[in-house]
Amino acid sequence: MNVIVNGKSEEITESTLAALCKRFLDHPHTIATAVNGQFVPVNDRPDYALKEGDKVEILSPRQGG
Amino acid sequence: MTSSQLHLYGTSLSSRLIMGTALYPSPDHLTQSVKAGGAEVVTLSLRRETAGEGSGADFWEHIKALNVHLLPNTAGCRTAKDAITTAQMAREIFGTKWLKLEVIANDDTLQPDLFELVEATKELSSQGFQVFPYTTEDLGAAEKLLSAGAEVLMPWGAPIGTGRGLMNPYALRTMRSYFPDIPLIVDAGIGAPSHAAEAMEMGYDAILLNTAIAKAGDPVAMAAAFKLSVEAGRLAHQALIIEQRDMASPSTPVAGTPFFDLDNLN
Repeated sequence: MNVIVNGKSEEITESTLAALCKRFLDHPHTIATAVNGQFVPVNDRPDYALKEGDKVEILSPRQGG
Repeated sequence: MTSSQLHLYGTSLSSRLIMGTALYPSPDHLTQSVKAGGAEVVTLSLRRETAGEGSGADFWEHIKALNVHLLPNTAGCRTAKDAITTAQMAREIFGTKWLKLEVIANDDTLQPDLFELVEATKELSSQGFQVFPYTTEDLGAAEKLLSAGAEVLMPWGAPIGTGRGLMNPYALRTMRSYFPDIPLIVDAGIGAPSHAAEAMEMGYDAILLNTAIAKAGDPVAMAAAFKLSVEAGRLAHQALIIEQRDMASPSTPVAGTPFFDLDNLN
């Protein structure tokens, strides 16, 4: 299915948010996720089924002022 | 607990300099600057992670080693909705209820959108966040932010990154007088240690800055300079600065002035 990951259109085979997150890091606690503008807590990711066209944000700590 | 300590949402701090973590020439410069500045609170952000890079994890490990309080921001958010979602993500990663709430209204000035700011403050406070809103000197907005649940306010000195110092000292002074018991932090626009000292002399509780140290020729030395200026300004405020006068007034005693003869007055 096609989803938008961090602003880019991607064809993915993963069906859950947790599975998609494995592309990013082995340590799930250094990223935070939102789908379609709604925060998805780390514990909800394994059961969160992605749908065609979902907009996924996967963020991590950065420098800030 | 002493009167010289800063209290933010029940946390006591000895340092009144809050430092950003962006724009440093290297991670080592950041670490050394935070130490030189004596900061006990640093700001940081969340940004999109790139698959396989793990760059966020590297930065996170570096920050954890500083062993300071974390104040995550919502930099770049333009609506209350985006800021609320970003805040929830930040709370999960950073494990803190503290939040520097930024909702930006304009690209050129990066000034806060006060309407969205109040809305986001209300919602986040109801969700248990301890909100540090980046705001202006507007007293009406300030009162609404406090009603919405904020217990700390952070008015700007000047637009972010400009280094112009306190653009509206009259309004900042008014704000300080109007809210004598609310922790007020000047956030943004500070360029030189003298700007920080000026705000502290007015009675502001702390200074939050980033660019002025990170982009200085020698960030570590500049952090040390800001530490001194913040402390000097605080001490001067407590010592009560004299009133300004229109006319000169001799500081050396007039009585006993040599070569002074009443006859010469003619």
